[in-house]
Amino acid sequence: MARIMLRDMEKGQAGTITAIKVAGGLGRRVREMGLVPGTTIKIQGRAPLYDPVALRVMGGTLTLRNNEADFIEVEVEDPAAG
Amino acid sequence: MSKSFKIALAGNPNAGKTTLFNRLTGARQHVGNYPGVTVEKKEGIYNSPSGARVNIVDLPGTYSLTAYSVEEVVARDFLVHEKPRVVIDIADASNLERHLYLTCQFLELGVPVVIALNMIDVARDRGIAIETDKLAEMLGVPVIPVSARSGEGVTELMRVVEEVARADKDWQPVHIAYGEDIDNAILEMEERLAARSFLAELYAPRWLALKYLENDEQIVARGRSFAAEHGLAEVAEYLEGKVATVGKHLMATMETYPEAIVADHRYGYIKSILRQGVVTHTYDEDRLYTSDRIDRVLTSRIFGPLIMLAVLLGLYHFTFSYSEVPVGWLESLFGTVSAFLDRHMAEGPLKSLVISGVIDGVGGVMGFVPIIMFMFFGIAILEDTGYLARVAFMMDRVFRIFGLHGSSVMAYIISGGIAGGCAVPGVMATRTLRSPRERMATLLTAPFMNCGAKLPVLALMIGAFFSNNRAQIMFLLTLLAWAVALIVAKFLRLTVLRGEPTPFVMELPPYRFPTFRGLAIHTWEKTWQYIRKAATVILGASILIWATMTFPGLPEAQKAEFQEQRRAVVADYLGSATAADDPGEVEFPPELSAELAAIEAARAEEALLHSLAGRVGSGFEKISWLAGFDWRTNIALVGGFAAKEVIISTLGTAYSLGEVAPEEGDSSLSRTLANDPGWSKIKAFSLILFVMFYSPCFVTVVCIVKEAGSWKWGAFSMAFNTLFAFLLATGVYQLGRALGLGG
Ligand SMILES: Nc1nc2c(ncn2[C@@H]2O[C@H](COP(=O)(O)OP(=O)(O)OP(=O)(O)O)[C@@H](O)[C@H]2O)c(=O)[nH]1
Ligand SMILES: [Mg+2]
Repeated sequence: MARIMLRDMEKGQAGTITAIKVAGGLGRRVREMGLVPGTTIKIQGRAPLYDPVALRVMGGTLTLRNNEADFIEVEVEDPAAG
Repeated sequence: MSKSFKIALAGNPNAGKTTLFNRLTGARQHVGNYPGVTVEKKEGIYNSPSGARVNIVDLPGTYSLTAYSVEEVVARDFLVHEKPRVVIDIADASNLERHLYLTCQFLELGVPVVIALNMIDVARDRGIAIETDKLAEMLGVPVIPVSARSGEGVTELMRVVEEVARADKDWQPVHIAYGEDIDNAILEMEERLAARSFLAELYAPRWLALKYLENDEQIVARGRSFAAEHGLAEVAEYLEGKVATVGKHLMATMETYPEAIVADHRYGYIKSILRQGVVTHTYDEDRLYTSDRIDRVLTSRIFGPLIMLAVLLGLYHFTFSYSEVPVGWLESLFGTVSAFLDRHMAEGPLKSLVISGVIDGVGGVMGFVPIIMFMFFGIAILEDTGYLARVAFMMDRVFRIFGLHGSSVMAYIISGGIAGGCAVPGVMATRTLRSPRERMATLLTAPFMNCGAKLPVLALMIGAFFSNNRAQIMFLLTLLAWAVALIVAKFLRLTVLRGEPTPFVMELPPYRFPTFRGLAIHTWEKTWQYIRKAATVILGASILIWATMTFPGLPEAQKAEFQEQRRAVVADYLGSATAADDPGEVEFPPELSAELAAIEAARAEEALLHSLAGRVGSGFEKISWLAGFDWRTNIALVGGFAAKEVIISTLGTAYSLGEVAPEEGDSSLSRTLANDPGWSKIKAFSLILFVMFYSPCFVTVVCIVKEAGSWKWGAFSMAFNTLFAFLLATGVYQLGRALGLGG
């Protein structure tokens, strides 16, 4: 078990959100799309230029930019090597 | 109760609201597999089997009822101000937890809700079973499983809706617990609000207090203006102060924000309900859906972009190669009509009006209907399958460099980014962008795309001067439009529209099979828009322009001079020829016909130059020659401001008025231009550039003014774009000439 930022997660890796450290428009938007503490997510893939990232959340797919993923802290099973 | 009442369709973007709306009202509104298709509310009538007349309003999709985007404001204001009898909350059964977040907010608002659990077919395929009775009991509102697409469950849904509407109960807000800090603050604020009847006509005190805590800008602003009007400034101050105190406290104790706590608790409430066995999964929840498997290929690092390019190129080939035949039919149809009228109508201004003004003008535009149809059919497939959303996903990184957003792609594409759109809906589609600056940059640059009205002009020029590689040139022009739009957007974002980027957080809808009905509506809607425009705005503009090109006519003295020339030539011939009893019946030899035609051409040109339009056109020639445009082109370009299609029709009129000899079957404008010594490839290219980038048409400018909220932006886009286009065209033309590519 380890806490890492969403940006650092790898394709196919799953985890549970522990904190969203942002307010304002971005925070609101992220939360209303279901990214709140306790939600489980899984990295589904990344765009060809490695950004944005696509997540599996509550049966749907969401996309976020990496710099937005930086505000989201996730608890993962096995920490990504490196 | 009365036999007619009003209900609203609300729900998350892409939940299927419009699909249901179309099914209920028989309307043909645009449905697309892309979040945020409907941006304005639409009304329709549903006649229930029991004879009630139900007024249905299709609202734009929203994730929440805060007021951070235009659609949210539209949806919320509708609910609060118009108080519909019932709200049908369309929730996606295959994605229930997320969709219940909005449901929660309807419940908190208190409006009578019936939940339509849509896409029940998709949920079934994914092995998701939902206990609707249990869910209904826990939420305290009816829940009806439906499939808007197939119609399953819709009758039952409407029966329940009618029942709820008949009951006509008062609004009963649900209270969700938000934890001690927030709950206490709400109680305190609520009391104060109620005591002073603050904004009481519109909002319940508890709801209002909650919105203040959620930091809802629209509500805070409304509160301030209400306070100012009613001398309640201290209440507004108290509310804002209270929110600030709570915020500070939460930050200090829990490092979080009030709005975050509110969202967390709402999801907590939803999770507590769903946890009680409402949803069961037959398959492993982590199982890859078909859609995800497709994405593995279509958005992969290497194949993703390659496939995207191939898809777009394929669309061109599809459009241009298959539409060629019907375009030919239409051209010859109009040619035949024109020739028929030429033979059977009496000479005079009426004939000139019908042939030169109406048929050449409108016919030229109608000839492009097949291209428009094929193009939109292709785009409809891309949108309805869900591929366009992937394009936004893949392109976002690139767009961000230019200060835009992945969703700007949609606005560009609607405006003609794949060629053949219209900037008016394109400008409106920018509403889904949340940041005002990115939105402005997108809506100001979207008109650079090759809309359906510019397409005929481009197709004409390409056909006349670059006919050997039509699809390639068209493709290059499209890339050029994108390049220019992006660079200008960057320029705007660095100057007048400086500021931080906004969140990209977006949904990727699952791939779906497009329905034939959906594709047909989509294609027909756009094609019909085009035809209707041709029959109204363009017809009017054509006639107006024909009039300015015909009047004032040549002065009598000059007319007489040409008459005299003709007579002299004929007399010359008759004098030298041997006996001819009736000069009218004489077969003139070819040399003589040519001579007469030359005189006629000189007369027509003189007349056109003398006309109002001719004078305006020659007036501009002093500057426009820099870019290679003669006075005829100038007339067309000025007319193009009314609608870009008019450029074609005006050139058509200009050339048919001044035509040397309209030989049967060879009267198409394209051939006329190709054979005209005054034209060259470089001139054609300069004109293409100018047409692509100069001022948006009148209707678009009106739309920009409306969407940007100030006439200044409309004026800006007219002046900026025209100047930019002129500099570009001049640069290219002068460079081309310097390189010896023709005058
Ligand atoms: N399989 C399935 N697809 C559906 C159903 N209802 C709608 N769809 C599809 O879902 C997509 C979205 O439908 P729309 O009706 O445009 O959704 P909307 O809620 O109006 O979306 P916005 O206007 O963007 O807010 C379209 O591709 C529809 O064909 C359904 O019951 N089953
Ligand atoms: Mg819709």
